[in-house]
Amino acid sequence: MLSDKAKKEIEAALKKYPNKRSAVMDALRIAQHDRGGHLERSDMEDVAAMLEMNPVEVNAAAAFYTMYNIRKPVGKYHVQVCRNISCSLLGAEHIIKYMEKSLNIKTGETTPDNRFTLSTVECLGSCGTAPMMQINDDYFENLTEQKVDEIIKKLV
Amino acid sequence: MEKILLKNIDKPGSHKLDNYVRNGGYKAFAEALKLKPDNIIQMVKDSGLRGRGGAGFSTGLKWSFIPKDPTIPKYLCCNADEGEPGTYKDRAIIDNDPHLLLEGMMLTCYAIGAANAYIYIRGEFVFGANRLDEAIKEAYAKGYLGKNILGSGFNLDMHIHRGFGAYICGEETALLESIEGYRAQPRKKPPFPALAGLYGKPTVINNVETLACIPAIIEKGPKWFSSIGPEKSPGPKIYGVSGHVKKPGLYELPMGTTLRDLIFNHCGGMLREDRALKAVIPGGVSAPLLTPKDLDTPLDFDSLAAKGSMLGSGAVIVMDESTCMVKAAFITNRFFSHESCGKCTPCRDGTPWLTKVLKRLEHGEGRPGDIDLIESLCGNIFGRTFCPLGDGAVMALRGALKNFREEFQYHIDHKKCMAS
Repeated sequence: MLSDKAKKEIEAALKKYPNKRSAVMDALRIAQHDRGGHLERSDMEDVAAMLEMNPVEVNAAAAFYTMYNIRKPVGKYHVQVCRNISCSLLGAEHIIKYMEKSLNIKTGETTPDNRFTLSTVECLGSCGTAPMMQINDDYFENLTEQKVDEIIKKLV
Repeated sequence: MEKILLKNIDKPGSHKLDNYVRNGGYKAFAEALKLKPDNIIQMVKDSGLRGRGGAGFSTGLKWSFIPKDPTIPKYLCCNADEGEPGTYKDRAIIDNDPHLLLEGMMLTCYAIGAANAYIYIRGEFVFGANRLDEAIKEAYAKGYLGKNILGSGFNLDMHIHRGFGAYICGEETALLESIEGYRAQPRKKPPFPALAGLYGKPTVINNVETLACIPAIIEKGPKWFSSIGPEKSPGPKIYGVSGHVKKPGLYELPMGTTLRDLIFNHCGGMLREDRALKAVIPGGVSAPLLTPKDLDTPLDFDSLAAKGSMLGSGAVIVMDESTCMVKAAFITNRFFSHESCGKCTPCRDGTPWLTKVLKRLEHGEGRPGDIDLIESLCGNIFGRTFCPLGDGAVMALRGALKNFREEFQYHIDHKKCMAS
């Protein structure tokens, strides 16, 4: 069930558009945040009901965009390390390996305490400060081993 | 050159409306409301401004295609789905000078008669979306948005639409599909968005940097703008440099600055003095790479097209001699196959196939005939896809093969890398 707060946010998003369907991306984002980082089928059904859409249409939209984690829970901190060209030129592979070692998980996995999920992603648009990563909503740039240590220490 | 696009970004509180106004902001908009919309379109046409998102189409001409009938609703969509690898210029404006973008959008809406505008910002830019949200609220509070703006009778509402991870949304018709709540798959053209765009209504889609040029064109005049840089691609340009240089970053310079000047003067040269320049991608990963012999090429639309590459977003990615071109090609191609929207077969099936072949080359498992296979796959994608994503994948790969074919062959013959 969507929380009342989430429902209110979705109602507000509906006001931006001439039709309800246009709010589907906002609604899914709000629902994902409401659940703590991923979407369950029931969330998509709730969104469909609010937007007067067929659940399969909501699912089709959600499945297209990579930031919706459909039926795939993520840890409290979702660490997403860029692996694209500019970051790769400045050592992204090393940062990814170092991150795997530090968190003791492989890319794509979540730590047993559900604190961290590690993913690699394509370009995040921060190429002048490569290598970089995103943890939840925040960017961390010009990464080194030392910097990674400091960042993780704060989050453990 | 006097900075136009990045002039405020380092000033404290540059994102606040009061500071923007104190630095001369919203003056152009207030003045423009006294002019006829057609005059604004003519000024932008005369300035010679060409779209900074990559295609380089005349901005004023694009606007002039919008029907004049006042009874038809019209839209402006700002393309802030900055996703071309290597590109991070729009983010600087959004994060640090959001009112410059908003003023550019207000002027554009007034010129084309749009009462509604959307900013399509990529989902990862959470900070930027929040900044824009604050800026829009400030603009409403001060009467720059809403009804009867500054007593002119002009009405304008502005909204943020947040993407959620799909490079294809940078393609203008995919962006429209995404706002309408569908999977972001490109539409057939024609009809072009100027006639049937968002919700089937006339729509202009402009990049952030393009829109950020508009206030200065109105304030300082089209002649001033067109006097900067080459005659056919005038104006200031933000070059975003990344990779193996001493000082990567954003450089606002006259359009047509040479690669040599950018890399060896502005960026302080190669990251490591003992490693020579090997290749440069001049305009985001879709642009075919250039080599040191091309260092004197001016970075503008026409000069790069003449070299068989393109300016694209002006994202300059610099690679030194330690770079394995097979690996670079693999990473680039993996990106395109990851981002293929799945609408048409040559791109949906062709780009992952290319990635598979490049991956085995990169991992020392290449087979004789793999280069021919790559070329055949490229030929079956290029020019046969619905939108330019597939073409971009091929252009990037062909550029690498053309200049560094022996490295690909070496990977097949020796099961290892020539560069290391």
